[in-house]
Amino acid sequence: MNWSWETFFDALPLVASGLGITIGLTIASYLFALIFGFVWVFLRRIPFKPISWTVTWIMEFIRSTPPLVQLFFIYFAWPVVPYVGMTLDPFTSAVLGLGLHFSTYIGEVYRSGIEGVDKGQWEASTALNYSLYDKWTKIILPQAVPPTIPMLGNYLIILFKEVPLASTIGVVGILHMAQSYGSQYWAYLEPLTIVGILFLILSYPSAILISKLEKRMNRRFDKKAALSSTQKGTVV
Amino acid sequence: MFLQSLRKPDWVSFPSKYKGVIKINVIAEVFPDLMRGLGVTVSVLIASAFFGYLMAFIAGLCRLSNNIVLRKFTGFYIEVFRGTSLIVQLFWLYYAVPMLFGIELGSNWWIGVIAIALNYGAYMSEIVRGSILAVAKGQTEAATALNMSSFQRMRLIILPQAVRMMLPEFGNYLIQMLKATSLVYLIGLNDIFYYGNILRSNDLSMAPTVYLLVLLFYFILALPLIFLVRKAESISKKGVAS
Repeated sequence: MNWSWETFFDALPLVASGLGITIGLTIASYLFALIFGFVWVFLRRIPFKPISWTVTWIMEFIRSTPPLVQLFFIYFAWPVVPYVGMTLDPFTSAVLGLGLHFSTYIGEVYRSGIEGVDKGQWEASTALNYSLYDKWTKIILPQAVPPTIPMLGNYLIILFKEVPLASTIGVVGILHMAQSYGSQYWAYLEPLTIVGILFLILSYPSAILISKLEKRMNRRFDKKAALSSTQKGTVV
Repeated sequence: MFLQSLRKPDWVSFPSKYKGVIKINVIAEVFPDLMRGLGVTVSVLIASAFFGYLMAFIAGLCRLSNNIVLRKFTGFYIEVFRGTSLIVQLFWLYYAVPMLFGIELGSNWWIGVIAIALNYGAYMSEIVRGSILAVAKGQTEAATALNMSSFQRMRLIILPQAVRMMLPEFGNYLIQMLKATSLVYLIGLNDIFYYGNILRSNDLSMAPTVYLLVLLFYFILALPLIFLVRKAESISKKGVAS
């Protein structure tokens, strides 16, 4: 056993100083994914078959290839792409890479929420002569998004755990700090343990919070579902 | 001279660093190099999937055991591995474990396999546990009524029904594991991604072609798994009420 508390407390402030970047990157790429998820949903709903089919496969492609390679593509290859290419700093590349990767998951979550909206709601909004914009913002989305909140929360935690991948392209989050401390003093054990502990401290309580939220949401929406099913029962 | 340059097709007047992007023969040049890494990627995937599923069953069953020590210990393992990220665990096994105990964990290949298997084993153990709990209680009672031992009950009655429920999620995690194998490049294994990075560092202008090809490699590996998941979904739905 070569554990040294001295090294532990020596590395702690340095490693913890990367926490701001790690959390900032998590929030930035999550917001990007939340917004871009809608883009996927609407592109997929274009009634012209070849387009929706292509979009489905692009989503499948992004989802089933490693985010690490996607990060490298954006960071190293994007600047060399003719016409559209540009040099991006590591943080922006990571936001784009992780955001794009998770937007495909979040798009699926939105889709399941939208499919969960009762068919009568669509018909009613057409019958009441709502415009396309009003139909989505006033009828469909307010019902589609709240039931998906626990799932969205789960993806936030998963995203948070993927964020240290960005250290490979030079985002100075906690993992990068731990590695630089390790290579400087040849002591990887303590800084890497600190990184693990920090991740546990942040992700475990939020996972508990999400599961509580999920139970509450389930109760709320199950009650509605149970109510509507009994009403249907009386009609039949 | 001016006219001559006008008559040239567009891409010829490109700065030379852009040429590689458009040339088709770059693909032919890059492809065999990437193929050299295919074996490592596939072998890591197969080994970590095997040990991951094994770990999932062991941990999932331990979570359901009556022994409180075993249950708490497994719970601790699951929370630790689910609460931290795979890349941190990989580095911890690679850098920290040899420092902590003064031992070497065999080859880098094994470190990668162990990290992926432990991480996804922890995730999948929850599926094992959930599926076993989801088998109707009457089944256990009927098996007890037929005078089966608890081992027979699990092997003959519960597991055959539970495994079917696990299949779709197991398939999804297999795709996740495929994605995770790209991380082994970081601990010095020569997988597809490693050869891609070598090519990129030799000639940056090839980078878009190289990385697109690497992504395509992973996608082609994932395609059969995607169809497997769809198949598994239809299997798990077959003959189940509601």
